[in-house]
Amino acid sequence: MSLLNLTFIVFLGVLFFISYFHISNFVLDKYGARSNKRYQFENSLRVIIFILPAFIVLFIFILYPVFETVRLSFYDKFGREFVGLYNYKWAVNDPEFKRSILNNLGWLLIVPTLSTFFGLVIANLADRIWWGSIAKSIIFMPMAISFVGAGVIWKFIYEYRGPGDTQIGLLNAIIVSFGYEPQAWLTIPLWNNVFLMAIMIWIQTGLALVIFSAALRSIPKEMIEASRIDGASELKIFFSIIIPYLEQTILVIWTLITIIVLRIFDIIFAMTNGEWQTGVLANLMYDWMFRGGGDSGRGSVLAIVIMIGVIPILAWNLYKHRQEQKI
Amino acid sequence: MKKFTYSSILSQLLLLIFVIIWIIPTFGLFISSLRDKDLLAISGWWTSLTTTEVNEIYRMSGMASQIQEEDYFIIKGKLFENNPGKKIQSFGITSKKINEFKIGEVAIFKDESKVTIDENGNYLWKSLTEFTKKKGKRIFTTSLSPPSFTFDNYKEVLFKEGIGRAFINTLAVALPSTLIPLIICSFFAYALTWMKFFGRDTLLAIIIASLVVPLQMSLIPILTIYNDFGALFGVAAKSYPGVWMAHTGFGLASTTFLLRNFLKSLPNEMMEAAKVDGASHYDIFLKIILPLSIPAFASIFILQFLWCWNDLLVGLVFLDQVPSEIILTAKLKELLGSRGENWEILTTGAFVSMTIPLFIFFALQRYFIRGLVAGSVKG
Repeated sequence: MSLLNLTFIVFLGVLFFISYFHISNFVLDKYGARSNKRYQFENSLRVIIFILPAFIVLFIFILYPVFETVRLSFYDKFGREFVGLYNYKWAVNDPEFKRSILNNLGWLLIVPTLSTFFGLVIANLADRIWWGSIAKSIIFMPMAISFVGAGVIWKFIYEYRGPGDTQIGLLNAIIVSFGYEPQAWLTIPLWNNVFLMAIMIWIQTGLALVIFSAALRSIPKEMIEASRIDGASELKIFFSIIIPYLEQTILVIWTLITIIVLRIFDIIFAMTNGEWQTGVLANLMYDWMFRGGGDSGRGSVLAIVIMIGVIPILAWNLYKHRQEQKI
Repeated sequence: MKKFTYSSILSQLLLLIFVIIWIIPTFGLFISSLRDKDLLAISGWWTSLTTTEVNEIYRMSGMASQIQEEDYFIIKGKLFENNPGKKIQSFGITSKKINEFKIGEVAIFKDESKVTIDENGNYLWKSLTEFTKKKGKRIFTTSLSPPSFTFDNYKEVLFKEGIGRAFINTLAVALPSTLIPLIICSFFAYALTWMKFFGRDTLLAIIIASLVVPLQMSLIPILTIYNDFGALFGVAAKSYPGVWMAHTGFGLASTTFLLRNFLKSLPNEMMEAAKVDGASHYDIFLKIILPLSIPAFASIFILQFLWCWNDLLVGLVFLDQVPSEIILTAKLKELLGSRGENWEILTTGAFVSMTIPLFIFFALQRYFIRGLVAGSVKG
C-alpha cells in the first residue's frame, strides 16, 4: 500500500465516524418537531444515534467474544465438534501449562508487590526533596515506552559474551570486574524469570509512583508537621501515618498492576519467546493460536484461565460501582 | 535539627540511587545508538563516554601501490580513515610485542624494510628491494580514542532496515485507533451520563466489567470473524481498518469510563438551562460539552495513543507481517530474532520506536499523568 493511499484511508476512516454523528444529528435537528409527542420519539431516536456505534463495537469485540471463547473451549481445534472437557483435561496434564501457571503466579506475586513498594518509597522520598519532581519524571519515563522497546533495552543489559571476550552487557561487565564468571542470564531456569520481571518492575514502578504522588498530596500537612514536632522519626511517620492513610490507594495500584501482569505477553515474547522455562499463559495461548494451524479449543481454555484471574477484581469493581450508585 | 538534615541527606542519596538505576538502561541504549557499529560490538557503551585506549590491528597496502623514489621502494597510506580524533600512542609489528615502538621510531621488519607511523595513522613503508607481496604487513596499534558519535546507524536503520516504513505504519495504526474511540465514546459517555433510557445502568455495569476483561478473551473469536469476513468478500482479512476497529473495541471500555467520570463532574444546571433554551442534545454536546472536555480529551488521547503505539499483540494478530503493514514493535521483535547480534540496528531501532512516546512524555506529561491517575484500567 503506497503512502498516499495509506494517508487517504486513515483520513477516510476517521471522517466516516465524524460524518455519521454529524449527518444523523443534523437530519434529526432539522426534521424533528418540537411538539411534546414528537419530542419523546426524537429523544429515543437520539439515544440510539448516540450509543449505537459504541454498542456495536462493544458487542462485536468484547461481549460476543467472551461467550464465544467459552463455547470454543468445549469444541475441537477447528471449533466444529463438541468435545466436552477434553481441552481442559489436556491443559491439566500439559507440562507447558503447569510451567506457565507457575510462572504467572510468580509474576503476580513479585511484580505488583515490588512495583507498589518501590513506587511508595520513591513517592515519599521525592515528596520532600527539591529535585524530587525531576527524579519522578525520570523514574516515570519507562511507562511511556513499549514493552518491546524495554525488552531491547534490557536485553542489551543482559547481553552475554564468552568468558574471554570483552563484555558489552552492563550486568556481565559489572560482575566480571568483580572477578566472577559472566553468565547468560536469560537462559538460567527460574532466575531468568526474575530477570524478566525486573523489566516489568522497572516499567510499572512509574505508574505506582505517579498515583502515590497524587495521593500523598491529600494527606493533611498539619498532621505530619504535628507528629514531627512531637518527635516522631521519619520512619515512624511513614509507617504510622502515611501507610494507613494510603491503604486504599495501595490496594488500587496493586490491583491495577496485577491486571497488567496477568496478561503479560510482549516482554517474554520479545526476550525469550517462552524458552528456558519462561513461558506464561498469554504466550502459550498465542502459541496455540497458530501452532499446527491453530487450535481454537486449547487457545480458548488458556484465555479462560487468564480471565478467571481477573474475575475477583471484576466482581469487586462491580460491587464498588453498586455502592457508589446508591449514594 | 541536626537529625533532620542527616535524614534528609540519606533520603537524597537513596533517591539518587533509584534515579541512577532507572535511567541507566535507557541512557545506555541512547548512547549505543549513536556509536560506531564496529566499536559497539567490541566494547561496552560506557567506555565511549571517556577517552579510552584501544588496541587494533591494521594491514598496510600491498605491492600494487608501491612507488619508486631514488633507491627506495615506498608504500604510503593511512591505517584508518574517517576517524579524526583517534591518536596513536605506540605500535608494534608482531602480535607478541604490540607496544614495541613509539611514534617517530622506526620499526624494521625481518626483510629489512622500515616503517614509520605518525599519530594520525599515516605510514611510510620503505624498502631497498621491490615489494612482492599482494598484501601488506600487519601493524598493531595502541591509540587513544576520544568520545565520538555518529548518526550513521539512524540512516541505515530508517532507510535500509525498514524501520522508517514501520514507523509510518505504526502512525497509520495508532492515529485512527485513537481518534475513532474518542469520537464514538464521547457520544456514548454523554448518553450514559445525561440521557435517560432503558437499560442505562446495565450498560454502565457492562462497561465497568469490560474494563478488566483481558484482551486474550477476544483474540480467537475476532480472528475467526475477520477470516470469515475476508473469505466472504474476497478481501484481505488482515487490514488497517480491521486493526483500528480492534483497538477501538479494546479501548472502548476504558475510554468511555474515563470520559463518563469526567462528564459526571460537570454541573447539571448547565445542561438543564441549555435544554430549557431549546437546545438539542447534539447542540449541547457540540457547544457546551466539547469545549469543556478538551483537557479530558487530551489525557485520554495520550493514554490510548501510547497504548496503540506500544502495542504488539494486536498488531501481530490483526496485521500481516509484511513491509507495508508491519508495525514498529513487531519489526523490532523480528529484528531481535534475525539480527540479534547487530546491536547497532537493535538499539537504534528501539530508540526510533521510542521517539514519539518520549516526545509525548516530555511535552504533555501533565495530561499523561492526569489520565493515568483518573484510573487507567485496561483489559
